[in-house]
Amino acid sequence: MSSCPEAAAPEPVFSEPWHAQVFALTVHLNEAGRFTWSAWVERFSATLRRHGLSRELDGGEDYFRAWLETLEMFLAEEGAASPAEAEVMRSRWEAAYLSTPHGAPVRLSD
Amino acid sequence: MPHDHPDHPHALLPPDPALRVKALETILIQKGLIDPAALEEIIDTYQNRIGPQNGARVVARAWSDPEFKAALLADADPVLVELGFYGRQGEHMVVVENTALQHNMVVCTLCSCYPWPLLGIPPGWYKSDAYRARAVREPRKVLAEFGVTLPEGTSVRVWDSTAEVRYLVLPMRPEGTEDLNEEDLAALVTRDSMIGTSLAKVPS
Repeated sequence: MSSCPEAAAPEPVFSEPWHAQVFALTVHLNEAGRFTWSAWVERFSATLRRHGLSRELDGGEDYFRAWLETLEMFLAEEGAASPAEAEVMRSRWEAAYLSTPHGAPVRLSD
Repeated sequence: MPHDHPDHPHALLPPDPALRVKALETILIQKGLIDPAALEEIIDTYQNRIGPQNGARVVARAWSDPEFKAALLADADPVLVELGFYGRQGEHMVVVENTALQHNMVVCTLCSCYPWPLLGIPPGWYKSDAYRARAVREPRKVLAEFGVTLPEGTSVRVWDSTAEVRYLVLPMRPEGTEDLNEEDLAALVTRDSMIGTSLAKVPS
């Protein structure tokens, strides 16, 4: 916790692009009616509690890792994206990055 | 930290969680469950258009207009809807007023519930275990770490946010601001003063 918040430089809203993406994805799914915000908060707070048992969470990167884990579990339970499906797609993206020349747009191969 | 360099043979590999988010996104887009344009819109809104300046406008108006303030404290939702600062997640807003007798401070012990439309995305410390646990247990100590020392006669009340109810602190109007207009007043209202971990700035 900062003891002198006003002297610090303004913090960026999201410190990593994927923090913004996982946030937006969750808000969008809620607005599209996939789940209520209360249901989300209940699951997310359970994940935070579980993570916080083993170490002190600092509210930064670990916070969004817990957020992502919660969303993955939620979508798996719902049947929208199973862990196996998610892993296959993650590997495909990894392969796409590794096989795309630097500077070229990264796309999934068919 | 990997660094960008033109000699890299391939595109820079994003960190593992970034790939996992991309994977979810791709699966949901392919199934027609989400709209990529809507995702962009949400990111843009929270990155560029929503922030503590919204809450500061509400506070400055409440300081200047007693009727507005009374309506805001009685039932904030219709007042905020009229200003366009409504909760996307359908939560109910409560505005709590600081007085000489009571200082208010907001926390979310569950996770990080926060009045997004008025303050944007919460700062890291608001989401930390340290703040979430200690704000309730030892609020005066936490306030002291933020540089706030309250007079002895002022009690501290801590409000715990939930998915359904979010709080905004209406800080006390600083002395010597009688001649300021709403815009100048808004400049004195910091994000932390509306969470209750700071006081409004005193004009220099």
